[in-house]
Amino acid sequence: MSTNQTFYGYRRENGRVGVRNYVAILPVDDISNAACESVAANIHGTLALPHAYGRLQFGADLELHFRTMIGTGSNPNVAACVVIGIEPEWTQKIVDGIAETGKPVTGFSIEQHGDIATIAAASHAAKDFVHMTSGQQREECSIADLWIAAKCGESDTTTGLASCPAVGNMYDKWIPDGIYGCFGETTEITGAEQLCAARAATPEIGEKFMRVWQAYQDEVVEAYKTSDLSDSQPTKGNIAGGLTTIEEKALGNLEKIGKEVSYIDVLEPAETPAQGPGLYFMDTSSAAAECNTLQAAAGYVVHCFPTGQGNIIGNPIMPVIKITGNPRTVRTMSEHIDVDVSGVVRREMTIPQAGDALIDMIIQTANGRLTAAEALGHREFVMTKLYRSA
Amino acid sequence: MSIPQLLVHDKSDNVGVVVVEGVESGAELLCVVTGDNSDFKLTAKQDVPIGHKIALTDLAEGDTAIKYGTDVGRIVAAVAKGEHVHTHNLKTKRW
Repeated sequence: MSTNQTFYGYRRENGRVGVRNYVAILPVDDISNAACESVAANIHGTLALPHAYGRLQFGADLELHFRTMIGTGSNPNVAACVVIGIEPEWTQKIVDGIAETGKPVTGFSIEQHGDIATIAAASHAAKDFVHMTSGQQREECSIADLWIAAKCGESDTTTGLASCPAVGNMYDKWIPDGIYGCFGETTEITGAEQLCAARAATPEIGEKFMRVWQAYQDEVVEAYKTSDLSDSQPTKGNIAGGLTTIEEKALGNLEKIGKEVSYIDVLEPAETPAQGPGLYFMDTSSAAAECNTLQAAAGYVVHCFPTGQGNIIGNPIMPVIKITGNPRTVRTMSEHIDVDVSGVVRREMTIPQAGDALIDMIIQTANGRLTAAEALGHREFVMTKLYRSA
Repeated sequence: MSIPQLLVHDKSDNVGVVVVEGVESGAELLCVVTGDNSDFKLTAKQDVPIGHKIALTDLAEGDTAIKYGTDVGRIVAAVAKGEHVHTHNLKTKRW
Protein backbone atom coordinates (compact mmCIF):
# COMPACT_ATOMS: atom_id res chain seq x y z
CA MET A 1 0.00 0.00 0.00
CA SER A 2 2.89 2.29 0.71
CA THR A 3 5.17 2.82 -2.25
CA ASN A 4 4.14 6.37 -3.16
CA GLN A 5 3.38 7.63 0.33
CA THR A 6 4.75 10.99 1.42
CA PHE A 7 4.75 13.24 4.46
CA TYR A 8 5.73 16.83 5.19
CA GLY A 9 9.00 17.22 7.07
CA TYR A 10 11.94 19.55 7.62
CA ARG A 11 14.84 18.80 5.29
CA ARG A 12 18.15 19.51 7.02
CA GLU A 13 21.52 20.72 5.75
CA ASN A 14 22.88 17.14 5.59
CA GLY A 15 19.88 15.77 3.66
CA ARG A 16 18.21 14.04 6.60
CA VAL A 17 14.56 14.89 7.35
CA GLY A 18 13.12 15.87 10.72
CA VAL A 19 9.49 15.74 11.82
CA ARG A 20 9.92 18.32 14.59
CA ASN A 21 11.78 21.63 14.61
CA TYR A 22 13.33 22.08 18.04
CA VAL A 23 15.95 24.56 19.19
CA ALA A 24 17.63 22.36 21.80
CA ILE A 25 19.52 23.69 24.82
CA LEU A 26 21.88 20.81 25.58
CA PRO A 27 23.91 20.50 28.79
CA VAL A 28 27.28 18.77 28.52
CA ASP A 29 27.06 17.74 32.17
CA ASP A 30 24.72 17.57 35.17
CA ILE A 31 25.87 20.85 36.72
CA SER A 32 24.98 22.78 33.54
CA ASN A 33 21.32 21.73 33.69
CA ALA A 34 20.35 24.84 35.67
CA ALA A 35 21.78 27.23 33.07
CA CYS A 36 20.13 25.31 30.22
CA GLU A 37 16.75 25.35 31.96
CA SER A 38 17.11 29.10 32.58
CA VAL A 39 17.83 29.75 28.90
CA ALA A 40 14.78 27.67 27.92
CA ALA A 41 12.68 29.64 30.41
CA ASN A 42 13.96 32.93 28.94
CA ILE A 43 13.44 32.09 25.28
CA HIS A 44 10.15 30.64 24.06
CA GLY A 45 10.43 27.99 21.38
CA THR A 46 13.48 26.32 22.93
CA LEU A 47 13.79 23.00 24.72
CA ALA A 48 16.23 22.21 27.55
CA LEU A 49 17.46 18.60 27.76
CA PRO A 50 18.62 18.12 31.37
CA HIS A 51 20.31 14.82 32.31
CA ALA A 52 22.28 13.31 35.16
CA TYR A 53 25.84 12.73 33.89
CA GLY A 54 28.90 14.07 32.08
CA ARG A 55 31.49 14.44 34.83
CA LEU A 56 34.59 12.25 35.31
CA GLN A 57 33.44 9.59 32.90
CA PHE A 58 36.21 7.78 31.03
CA GLY A 59 36.89 5.17 28.37
CA ALA A 60 33.97 3.48 26.64
CA ASP A 61 31.52 5.17 29.02
CA LEU A 62 32.81 8.63 28.07
CA GLU A 63 32.72 7.73 24.39
CA LEU A 64 29.07 6.72 24.81
CA HIS A 65 28.37 10.01 26.60
CA PHE A 66 29.82 12.05 23.73
CA ARG A 67 28.07 9.85 21.14
CA THR A 68 24.72 10.36 22.90
CA MET A 69 25.21 14.13 23.31
CA ILE A 70 26.43 14.71 19.75
CA GLY A 71 23.81 12.34 18.36
CA THR A 72 21.01 14.09 20.21
CA GLY A 73 22.07 17.50 18.93
CA SER A 74 22.53 16.05 15.44
CA ASN A 75 19.06 14.44 15.32
CA PRO A 76 17.09 15.92 12.38
CA ASN A 77 14.22 16.80 14.74
CA VAL A 78 16.62 19.40 16.20
CA ALA A 79 16.84 22.48 13.93
CA ALA A 80 19.55 24.24 15.94
CA CYS A 81 21.38 23.63 19.20
CA VAL A 82 22.93 25.63 22.03
CA VAL A 83 25.42 23.59 24.08
CA ILE A 84 26.33 24.60 27.64
CA GLY A 85 29.01 22.88 29.75
CA ILE A 86 31.09 23.73 32.79
CA GLU A 87 34.41 23.46 30.89
CA PRO A 88 35.18 24.76 27.39
CA GLU A 89 37.02 21.72 25.99
CA TRP A 90 34.28 19.06 26.22
CA THR A 91 31.68 21.71 25.32
CA GLN A 92 33.56 22.48 22.11
CA LYS A 93 33.97 18.78 21.31
CA ILE A 94 30.18 18.38 21.35
CA VAL A 95 29.64 21.60 19.37
CA ASP A 96 32.12 20.39 16.73
CA GLY A 97 30.41 17.00 16.51
CA ILE A 98 26.97 18.54 15.98
CA ALA A 99 28.40 21.10 13.51
CA GLU A 100 29.27 18.26 11.13
CA THR A 101 25.56 18.11 10.25
CA GLY A 102 25.77 21.70 9.00
CA LYS A 103 23.03 22.88 11.37
CA PRO A 104 23.35 26.06 13.49
CA VAL A 105 25.12 25.21 16.77
CA THR A 106 27.11 27.16 19.32
CA GLY A 107 28.54 26.49 22.77
CA PHE A 108 29.10 28.27 26.09
CA SER A 109 31.15 27.27 29.12
CA ILE A 110 30.35 28.42 32.62
CA GLU A 111 33.74 28.27 34.36
CA GLN A 112 35.16 31.78 34.99
CA HIS A 113 31.93 33.34 33.70
CA GLY A 114 29.29 32.11 36.15
CA ASP A 115 25.73 31.05 35.49
CA ILE A 116 24.23 34.53 35.02
CA ALA A 117 26.60 35.82 32.32
CA THR A 118 26.48 32.43 30.57
CA ILE A 119 22.68 32.37 30.62
CA ALA A 120 22.58 35.90 29.18
CA ALA A 121 24.97 35.10 26.33
CA ALA A 122 23.35 31.73 25.59
CA SER A 123 19.88 33.31 25.66
CA HIS A 124 20.90 35.77 22.93
CA ALA A 125 22.19 32.88 20.81
CA ALA A 126 19.07 30.80 21.48
CA LYS A 127 16.83 33.72 20.47
CA ASP A 128 18.75 34.13 17.20
CA PHE A 129 18.31 30.39 16.51
CA VAL A 130 14.57 30.63 17.18
CA HIS A 131 14.29 33.41 14.61
CA MET A 132 16.43 31.46 12.12
CA THR A 133 14.41 28.24 12.41
CA SER A 134 10.85 29.02 13.46
CA GLY A 135 9.80 30.15 9.99
CA GLN A 136 11.11 27.06 8.23
CA GLN A 137 8.49 25.37 6.07
CA ARG A 138 7.79 21.67 5.90
CA GLU A 139 8.26 20.13 2.47
CA GLU A 140 6.90 16.97 0.89
CA CYS A 141 9.23 14.02 1.54
CA SER A 142 9.18 10.34 0.69
CA ILE A 143 8.44 7.96 3.54
CA ALA A 144 11.87 6.54 2.69
CA ASP A 145 13.23 9.60 4.54
CA LEU A 146 11.77 8.29 7.81
CA TRP A 147 13.93 6.61 10.43
CA ILE A 148 11.52 4.71 12.69
CA ALA A 149 12.65 3.01 15.90
CA ALA A 150 10.67 0.59 18.05
CA LYS A 151 10.71 -0.62 21.62
CA CYS A 152 7.92 -2.13 23.74
CA GLY A 153 7.22 -1.56 27.43
CA GLU A 154 4.96 -2.59 30.30
CA SER A 155 4.27 -5.51 28.01
CA ASP A 156 1.68 -8.15 28.64
CA THR A 157 0.36 -11.09 26.66
CA THR A 158 -1.62 -8.80 24.33
CA THR A 159 1.65 -7.18 23.26
CA GLY A 160 2.70 -10.37 21.48
CA LEU A 161 -0.81 -10.90 20.08
CA ALA A 162 -1.55 -7.43 18.70
CA SER A 163 0.61 -4.33 19.27
CA CYS A 164 4.07 -5.82 18.54
CA PRO A 165 2.80 -7.64 15.43
CA ALA A 166 1.32 -4.29 14.26
CA VAL A 167 4.81 -2.74 14.43
CA GLY A 168 6.27 -5.80 12.72
CA ASN A 169 3.71 -5.50 9.94
CA MET A 170 4.69 -1.84 9.45
CA TYR A 171 8.37 -2.86 9.13
CA ASP A 172 7.46 -5.67 6.69
CA LYS A 173 5.64 -3.09 4.54
CA TRP A 174 8.02 -0.13 4.83
CA ILE A 175 11.55 -1.52 5.17
CA PRO A 176 11.41 -2.66 1.51
CA ASP A 177 10.47 0.94 0.64
CA GLY A 178 13.72 2.26 2.10
CA ILE A 179 13.06 3.38 5.69
CA TYR A 180 15.55 2.80 8.50
CA GLY A 181 14.25 0.66 11.39
CA CYS A 182 15.73 -0.16 14.81
CA PHE A 183 15.01 -2.55 17.65
CA GLY A 184 17.10 -3.31 20.74
CA GLU A 185 16.55 -4.52 24.34
CA THR A 186 19.44 -6.98 24.58
CA THR A 187 18.42 -8.84 27.76
CA GLU A 188 14.80 -8.92 26.80
CA ILE A 189 15.61 -11.11 23.80
CA THR A 190 16.56 -13.87 26.27
CA GLY A 191 14.54 -16.96 25.42
CA ALA A 192 14.26 -15.91 21.78
CA GLU A 193 17.95 -15.22 21.12
CA GLN A 194 18.36 -18.08 18.66
CA LEU A 195 15.26 -16.95 16.75
CA CYS A 196 16.66 -13.41 16.76
CA ALA A 197 20.08 -14.56 15.53
CA ALA A 198 18.33 -16.41 12.70
CA ARG A 199 16.65 -13.16 11.59
CA ALA A 200 20.00 -11.52 10.75
CA ALA A 201 20.65 -10.87 7.06
CA THR A 202 23.82 -13.02 7.16
CA PRO A 203 25.24 -15.64 9.56
CA GLU A 204 28.05 -13.19 10.41
CA ILE A 205 25.56 -10.53 11.54
CA GLY A 206 23.69 -13.19 13.54
CA GLU A 207 26.97 -14.16 15.24
CA LYS A 208 27.63 -10.50 16.02
CA PHE A 209 24.20 -10.32 17.69
CA MET A 210 24.92 -13.47 19.72
CA ARG A 211 28.28 -12.02 20.90
CA VAL A 212 26.54 -8.84 22.10
CA TRP A 213 23.75 -10.83 23.79
CA GLN A 214 26.22 -13.22 25.47
CA ALA A 215 28.46 -10.36 26.61
CA TYR A 216 25.60 -8.82 28.59
CA GLN A 217 24.87 -12.20 30.22
CA ASP A 218 28.53 -12.73 31.13
CA GLU A 219 29.77 -9.23 31.92
CA VAL A 220 26.70 -7.66 33.54
CA VAL A 221 24.17 -10.28 34.69
CA GLU A 222 26.77 -12.71 36.07
CA ALA A 223 28.90 -9.92 37.53
CA TYR A 224 26.16 -8.09 39.40
CA LYS A 225 23.28 -10.45 40.10
CA THR A 226 22.37 -11.10 43.74
CA SER A 227 19.90 -13.95 43.13
CA ASP A 228 18.47 -13.94 39.63
CA LEU A 229 16.65 -11.46 37.43
CA SER A 230 13.18 -12.74 38.31
CA ASP A 231 12.38 -9.62 40.32
CA SER A 232 13.16 -7.39 37.33
CA GLN A 233 12.53 -9.46 34.21
CA PRO A 234 9.62 -9.85 33.74
CA THR A 235 8.66 -6.64 35.57
CA LYS A 236 5.90 -6.54 38.19
CA GLY A 237 3.70 -4.86 35.57
CA ASN A 238 4.43 -7.63 33.05
CA ILE A 239 3.42 -10.23 35.65
CA ALA A 240 0.25 -8.32 36.54
CA GLY A 241 -0.53 -8.43 32.84
CA GLY A 242 -0.12 -12.20 32.67
CA LEU A 243 3.45 -12.64 31.40
CA THR A 244 5.16 -15.29 33.50
CA THR A 245 8.69 -15.87 32.14
CA ILE A 246 11.40 -14.01 30.23
CA GLU A 247 11.08 -16.53 27.40
CA GLU A 248 7.39 -15.70 26.97
CA LYS A 249 8.15 -11.97 27.13
CA ALA A 250 11.00 -12.26 24.59
CA LEU A 251 8.88 -14.11 22.05
CA GLY A 252 6.25 -11.36 22.21
CA ASN A 253 8.93 -8.67 22.02
CA LEU A 254 10.43 -10.16 18.85
CA GLU A 255 7.06 -9.91 17.08
CA LYS A 256 8.04 -6.24 16.60
CA ILE A 257 10.39 -7.09 13.74
CA GLY A 258 7.72 -8.69 11.61
CA LYS A 259 7.87 -11.87 9.61
CA GLU A 260 9.88 -11.00 6.51
CA VAL A 261 12.61 -8.41 7.11
CA SER A 262 16.13 -9.20 8.31
CA TYR A 263 18.38 -6.87 10.30
CA ILE A 264 21.47 -5.74 8.46
CA ASP A 265 23.79 -4.71 11.30
CA VAL A 266 24.28 -4.76 15.07
CA LEU A 267 24.85 -1.25 16.45
CA GLU A 268 26.66 -0.05 19.55
CA PRO A 269 24.45 2.02 21.88
CA ALA A 270 23.65 5.38 20.16
CA GLU A 271 25.64 4.39 17.04
CA THR A 272 24.33 5.88 13.80
CA PRO A 273 23.47 3.21 11.24
CA ALA A 274 25.93 3.22 8.35
CA GLN A 275 24.86 0.33 6.12
CA GLY A 276 22.04 2.16 4.33
CA PRO A 277 18.28 1.70 4.64
CA GLY A 278 17.05 -1.37 6.51
CA LEU A 279 16.40 -2.78 9.96
CA TYR A 280 19.11 -2.56 12.64
CA PHE A 281 19.56 -4.18 16.06
CA MET A 282 21.03 -1.85 18.71
CA ASP A 283 22.63 -3.10 21.94
CA THR A 284 20.44 -1.31 24.53
CA SER A 285 18.93 -1.63 27.94
CA SER A 286 15.30 -2.75 28.02
CA ALA A 287 14.42 0.25 30.22
CA ALA A 288 12.27 2.46 28.02
CA ALA A 289 13.83 5.89 28.60
CA GLU A 290 17.40 4.58 28.21
CA CYS A 291 16.60 2.68 25.02
CA ASN A 292 14.58 5.50 23.44
CA THR A 293 17.28 8.09 24.26
CA LEU A 294 19.92 5.91 22.53
CA GLN A 295 17.71 5.40 19.47
CA ALA A 296 17.04 9.15 19.17
CA ALA A 297 20.80 9.80 19.50
CA ALA A 298 21.39 7.37 16.62
CA GLY A 299 19.22 9.60 14.42
CA TYR A 300 15.75 8.03 14.59
CA VAL A 301 12.98 10.63 14.23
CA VAL A 302 9.79 8.68 15.05
CA HIS A 303 9.27 5.94 17.62
CA CYS A 304 6.68 3.14 17.76
CA PHE A 305 6.04 1.93 21.30
CA PRO A 306 3.73 -1.07 21.81
CA THR A 307 2.44 -1.40 25.36
CA GLY A 308 0.11 -3.80 27.11
CA GLN A 309 -0.39 -2.60 30.68
CA GLY A 310 0.24 1.04 29.78
CA ASN A 311 3.79 2.44 29.73
CA ILE A 312 3.54 6.25 29.55
CA ILE A 313 7.05 6.99 28.19
CA GLY A 314 7.91 9.91 25.90
CA ASN A 315 11.08 11.51 24.59
CA PRO A 316 11.93 15.20 24.33
CA ILE A 317 13.02 15.24 20.67
CA MET A 318 11.50 12.07 19.13
CA PRO A 319 7.71 11.61 19.08
CA VAL A 320 6.76 8.28 20.69
CA ILE A 321 3.60 6.67 19.26
CA LYS A 322 1.84 4.43 21.76
CA ILE A 323 0.07 1.30 20.48
CA THR A 324 -1.94 -1.13 22.58
CA GLY A 325 -3.97 -4.26 21.97
CA ASN A 326 -5.26 -4.51 25.54
CA PRO A 327 -8.94 -3.48 25.72
CA ARG A 328 -8.69 -2.84 29.47
CA THR A 329 -5.76 -0.43 28.97
CA VAL A 330 -7.73 1.35 26.22
CA ARG A 331 -10.55 1.76 28.75
CA THR A 332 -8.44 2.81 31.75
CA MET A 333 -5.59 4.82 30.12
CA SER A 334 -6.97 6.10 26.83
CA GLU A 335 -5.18 9.45 27.13
CA HIS A 336 -1.85 7.63 26.64
CA ILE A 337 -2.83 5.60 23.57
CA ASP A 338 -2.35 6.82 19.98
CA VAL A 339 -3.28 3.61 18.15
CA ASP A 340 -5.89 1.20 19.53
CA VAL A 341 -5.42 -2.27 18.02
CA SER A 342 -7.53 -4.10 20.62
CA GLY A 343 -9.78 -5.15 17.74
CA VAL A 344 -7.08 -7.75 16.99
CA VAL A 345 -7.82 -9.73 20.16
CA ARG A 346 -11.56 -9.53 19.41
CA ARG A 347 -10.76 -10.86 15.90
CA GLU A 348 -12.41 -7.73 14.48
CA MET A 349 -9.10 -6.42 13.07
CA THR A 350 -6.36 -8.33 11.24
CA ILE A 351 -2.64 -7.78 11.84
CA PRO A 352 -2.26 -6.14 8.38
CA GLN A 353 -5.13 -3.79 9.28
CA ALA A 354 -3.42 -3.00 12.60
CA GLY A 355 -0.20 -2.30 10.67
CA ASP A 356 -2.09 0.07 8.36
CA ALA A 357 -3.61 1.90 11.35
CA LEU A 358 -0.10 2.39 12.72
CA ILE A 359 1.21 3.54 9.33
CA ASP A 360 -1.57 6.13 9.17
CA MET A 361 -0.64 7.39 12.64
CA ILE A 362 3.08 7.53 11.76
CA ILE A 363 2.29 9.74 8.76
CA GLN A 364 0.04 11.98 10.85
CA THR A 365 2.75 12.20 13.51
CA ALA A 366 5.45 12.93 10.95
CA ASN A 367 3.23 15.68 9.55
CA GLY A 368 3.15 17.32 12.97
CA ARG A 369 0.32 15.72 14.98
CA LEU A 370 1.43 15.62 18.62
CA THR A 371 1.50 12.15 20.15
CA ALA A 372 -0.25 11.38 23.43
CA ALA A 373 3.12 11.47 25.19
CA GLU A 374 3.98 14.86 23.66
CA ALA A 375 0.59 16.35 24.58
CA LEU A 376 0.99 15.04 28.14
CA GLY A 377 4.49 16.54 28.46
CA HIS A 378 6.53 13.33 28.64
CA ARG A 379 10.18 14.22 27.93
CA GLU A 380 12.12 11.35 29.49
CA PHE A 381 15.79 11.79 28.52
CA VAL A 382 18.03 9.25 30.24
CA MET A 383 21.69 8.60 29.50
CA THR A 384 22.98 5.04 29.52
CA LYS A 385 25.86 4.73 32.00
CA LEU A 386 28.21 1.78 31.51
CA TYR A 387 30.03 1.93 34.88
CA ARG A 388 30.91 4.25 37.78
CA SER A 389 32.72 7.47 36.98
CA ALA A 390 36.37 7.89 37.93
CA MET B 1 -17.04 -14.87 13.98
CA SER B 2 -18.09 -14.39 17.60
CA ILE B 3 -15.65 -12.59 19.86
CA PRO B 4 -13.28 -15.16 21.40
CA GLN B 5 -12.46 -15.23 25.11
CA LEU B 6 -9.15 -17.05 24.71
CA LEU B 7 -6.47 -16.81 22.02
CA VAL B 8 -3.79 -19.41 21.26
CA HIS B 9 -0.80 -18.50 19.08
CA ASP B 10 0.09 -21.90 17.64
CA LYS B 11 -1.61 -25.28 17.23
CA SER B 12 1.15 -26.92 19.29
CA ASP B 13 0.71 -24.55 22.29
CA ASN B 14 -0.48 -26.01 25.61
CA VAL B 15 -1.45 -22.63 27.12
CA GLY B 16 -3.74 -19.88 25.82
CA VAL B 17 -4.37 -16.22 26.75
CA VAL B 18 -7.62 -14.80 28.19
CA VAL B 19 -8.44 -11.70 26.13
CA VAL B 20 -11.61 -10.47 27.83
CA GLU B 21 -12.26 -9.16 31.33
CA GLY B 22 -14.31 -11.06 33.87
CA VAL B 23 -13.68 -14.74 33.04
CA GLU B 24 -15.01 -16.74 36.00
CA SER B 25 -14.73 -20.38 36.99
CA GLY B 26 -17.19 -22.50 35.00
CA ALA B 27 -17.30 -20.16 32.01
CA GLU B 28 -17.28 -21.85 28.63
CA LEU B 29 -14.64 -20.10 26.50
CA LEU B 30 -14.54 -19.76 22.73
CA CYS B 31 -10.87 -20.33 21.92
CA VAL B 32 -9.26 -19.32 18.61
CA VAL B 33 -5.83 -20.36 17.33
CA THR B 34 -4.45 -17.24 15.62
CA GLY B 35 -2.02 -19.25 13.52
CA ASP B 36 -4.73 -21.04 11.51
CA ASN B 37 -8.03 -19.46 12.70
CA SER B 38 -9.33 -22.81 14.00
CA ASP B 39 -11.46 -22.72 17.13
CA PHE B 40 -12.52 -24.94 20.03
CA LYS B 41 -14.32 -24.72 23.38
CA LEU B 42 -12.76 -24.94 26.84
CA THR B 43 -14.25 -24.58 30.33
CA ALA B 44 -12.37 -22.28 32.75
CA LYS B 45 -11.80 -24.03 36.10
CA GLN B 46 -10.80 -20.83 37.93
CA ASP B 47 -11.39 -17.07 37.70
CA VAL B 48 -8.65 -15.79 35.36
CA PRO B 49 -7.88 -12.09 34.69
CA ILE B 50 -7.52 -10.64 31.19
CA GLY B 51 -4.06 -11.31 29.75
CA HIS B 52 -3.42 -14.34 31.95
CA LYS B 53 -2.94 -17.89 30.71
CA ILE B 54 -5.08 -21.03 30.97
CA ALA B 55 -3.83 -24.60 30.49
CA LEU B 56 -5.26 -26.26 27.37
CA THR B 57 -4.40 -29.71 28.69
CA ASP B 58 -3.40 -31.31 32.00
CA LEU B 59 0.22 -30.40 32.74
CA ALA B 60 2.47 -32.25 35.20
CA GLU B 61 5.39 -30.93 37.23
CA GLY B 62 8.45 -30.96 34.96
CA ASP B 63 6.48 -30.47 31.75
CA THR B 64 7.40 -27.66 29.36
CA ALA B 65 4.92 -24.86 28.72
CA ILE B 66 4.58 -24.19 24.99
CA LYS B 67 3.46 -20.82 23.59
CA TYR B 68 4.23 -19.41 20.11
CA GLY B 69 5.05 -23.09 19.42
CA THR B 70 8.13 -22.51 21.59
CA ASP B 71 9.41 -23.42 25.08
CA VAL B 72 8.41 -20.65 27.52
CA GLY B 73 9.38 -22.37 30.80
CA ARG B 74 9.00 -25.31 33.16
CA ILE B 75 5.80 -26.34 34.97
CA VAL B 76 6.72 -26.45 38.69
CA ALA B 77 3.32 -27.51 40.11
CA ALA B 78 0.70 -29.69 38.44
CA VAL B 79 -2.03 -27.77 36.65
CA ALA B 80 -5.27 -29.19 35.25
CA LYS B 81 -6.84 -28.32 31.91
CA GLY B 82 -8.80 -25.09 32.34
CA GLU B 83 -6.76 -23.80 35.29
CA HIS B 84 -4.74 -20.58 35.62
CA VAL B 85 -1.05 -20.84 34.57
CA HIS B 86 1.23 -18.18 36.05
CA THR B 87 4.11 -17.62 38.47
CA HIS B 88 2.67 -20.13 41.00
CA ASN B 89 3.09 -23.07 38.61
CA LEU B 90 5.37 -21.91 35.76
CA LYS B 91 9.02 -20.81 36.01
CA THR B 92 11.66 -19.64 33.57
CA LYS B 93 14.42 -22.05 32.58
CA ARG B 94 16.83 -19.11 32.22
CA TRP B 95 17.36 -17.51 35.63
